Amino acid sequence: MNFNFSEEQQQLRDTLDRYVRKDYGFEKRRGIIHGDSGWSAEVWAQLADLGVLAVGLPEEHGGLGGGPFDTLLVMEALGRGMVVEPYLATVVLGAGLVARAGSEEQKAEILPAVASGDRRLALAHHERGGRYDLSRIETSARRDGDGWVLDGHKSVVLHGAAADTLLVSARTPSGLSLFLVDAGASGVTRRDTPAQDGHRVAEVMLRSARGDLVGDEGAALPQIELALDHAIAALCAEAVGGMAALIEATVGYLKTRKQFGVPIGSFQALQHRAVEMYLHAEQARSMSYLAADKLGASDAAERRRAISGAKVLVGNAARYVGQQAVQLHGGIGVTDELAVGHYFKRLTMITLLFGDVDHHLAQFGEAMSA
Amino acid sequence: MDLNFTAADEAFRAEVRSFIERKLPADIRRKVLESQRLVKDDYYRWHVLLHEQGWVAANWPKEFGGPGWNAAQQHIFEEECADAGAPILSPFGLRMVAPVIMAFASPAQQQYYLPRIRSGEHWWCQGYSEPGSGSDLASLRTRAERVGDKYIVNGQKTWTTLGHHANWIFCLVRTNAEARKQEGISFLLIDMNTPGITVRPIIMIDGEHEVNEVWFENVEVPVGNLIGEENKGWTYAKYLLGHERTNIAEVGRSKRRLKRLKEIAAQQPGSDGKPLLQDVRFRDRIAQVEIELMALEITNLRVIAADMEKRAPGPEASLLKIRGSEIQQTLTELMMQALGHDALPFQHAAMDPEYAGEVIGPGYGVPLSGQYFNFRKTTIYGGSNEIQRNIISKMILGF
Repeated sequence: MNFNFSEEQQQLRDTLDRYVRKDYGFEKRRGIIHGDSGWSAEVWAQLADLGVLAVGLPEEHGGLGGGPFDTLLVMEALGRGMVVEPYLATVVLGAGLVARAGSEEQKAEILPAVASGDRRLALAHHERGGRYDLSRIETSARRDGDGWVLDGHKSVVLHGAAADTLLVSARTPSGLSLFLVDAGASGVTRRDTPAQDGHRVAEVMLRSARGDLVGDEGAALPQIELALDHAIAALCAEAVGGMAALIEATVGYLKTRKQFGVPIGSFQALQHRAVEMYLHAEQARSMSYLAADKLGASDAAERRRAISGAKVLVGNAARYVGQQAVQLHGGIGVTDELAVGHYFKRLTMITLLFGDVDHHLAQFGEAMSA
Repeated sequence: MDLNFTAADEAFRAEVRSFIERKLPADIRRKVLESQRLVKDDYYRWHVLLHEQGWVAANWPKEFGGPGWNAAQQHIFEEECADAGAPILSPFGLRMVAPVIMAFASPAQQQYYLPRIRSGEHWWCQGYSEPGSGSDLASLRTRAERVGDKYIVNGQKTWTTLGHHANWIFCLVRTNAEARKQEGISFLLIDMNTPGITVRPIIMIDGEHEVNEVWFENVEVPVGNLIGEENKGWTYAKYLLGHERTNIAEVGRSKRRLKRLKEIAAQQPGSDGKPLLQDVRFRDRIAQVEIELMALEITNLRVIAADMEKRAPGPEASLLKIRGSEIQQTLTELMMQALGHDALPFQHAAMDPEYAGEVIGPGYGVPLSGQYFNFRKTTIYGGSNEIQRNIISKMILGF
């Protein structure tokens, strides 16, 4: 039992924290999210230079061979700085899927390019009406010569427009399969939309678009489940970073904002609210560790319990901390001017992504009463 | 970063588990698992069995006769005892007064008291709270006047848990009424058999006798029973409160109660006739508390890991106390709720494990409502959860 990060991990965290603090200020972020693409190529190149994009990728393909706790550190730091660049979409979801399910050739083509910052990926899985059921997919793929062509409509694809390559799930004769689709290929149309939290999402239409099969035909569902579990663990870590930033900002505000001639932080009702935020955040941190730890569990039920448990607890915590941070700031908390409202929006979207509290409570409960 | 115990820790766990399996008397185990009433002899028998094994003073260093376990081993020991249905060890001697004696008492006092705490010859209770001094403990008024080589103690202590089992009490007493309130307090050990001490039961809302009032009328206490220096008692009291943290979260016992709750919910019919455990609303309530407990287990291990690196004890214990007590209350509430109408009958006589009469509802339901009522204490005792929030507010958030 050991809750310390290695020296290398601490260095990574310190480097990234420093970068985010110095070079990713609130105004810079504002400029990025209101730009055309919604992400910064300059920032992306810097993340590549810092080794952040490579850290979770396998060493034989240009990565640094890190594990879930390295991803956790990165996500926590990105969460603290509300970084909107497509790290989760490209590295955690996209590259993770390629690394686990792709052929040697696919890995050799894609992973080094991700590590160097030259290629961005997105997972196009979710469709309208599917809610959180991962198997409700209507996009289909059929054989065409020695390849495949895909037809369908993918919705709310995280950073779909930023991606050079899409990972698209589609029905095939044996079940659900996964395909690499060149984002610029003919038959692929993307409509970029800003999300509530400053990130971007895309509607992706596929009309006889050519795809390259990833893994065995019909065997994609467990891989997608695993990829989303990795993403959930990563989001939990991002939320922990966001909550830490919000608590710091809120406690700071309570100590300086004066009403009735005193700092409002001298009122016990407000102090105890801040303490409750802290309690939620600490429990969320513990759960983010458990989720990262159990990603590699050989027992699928054990992984399910940890991941769904984490999403429930972090979801409840993020909701509480976000709402109370806004409340304790008063009017300024609901303005666009202050970072607080932006953290609140990001935390809120995190609670909805890949299954909300109710969904994961049901997942957890089903495993329990089975 | 590694959340798992080492192979050596796991071997230790197996050793503890095997010992408990062999030695824990079946009747005591059953009472604990079924939340029945325990009598002093139940606690005492288990204490002595552990003493014979050299394990009773789990948190003590070797030099004072403890097993010298590290924080991980102490945690594993606690967890195994809790899981197996061992009764709690009375904490007042082993975990509360003993660390103060080790840190602040004279060698002669250490040699006298510590072996007797281990053997169970001295059974301790705590004389802290008073009718007018709860959260504001330092306002206490029980006074000890020095006359020759004795202190004459007068006053009243309250909420004295299991004081009716005890033959010794450690007290905070006022030795200087002029000084600032924290600076006029001393830490005094008192033999309960001394003339002038009266113990009166306070019956709790579950109908049980667990706590007491203790009255002191001209009680003569040898000055040799003073710990450390006169008027420094508040320092020792704070040391005591901050010292014991490995078990404050009560993770082990809550895990056992969670298991019990699921067993009960699997046996109780829901309104649709299927087991209550399959009722989605009830199941969600169990799931919520189980998830909170999973997180607390890791939070607890984080605090233990910090302990093992000998970082100074921090205010994180308050976090463990708050969430740990909330979880205990939720679990006991759900157990009662699982009973439906069968939670209503107050079957006090049936609380006796020897009871052979008729029972309304399932036998396992008899103690559950009382347990729920009783467990409201957990957010009140040991520094109420509001006081714990004050501590976090001041020490961690810097208000």
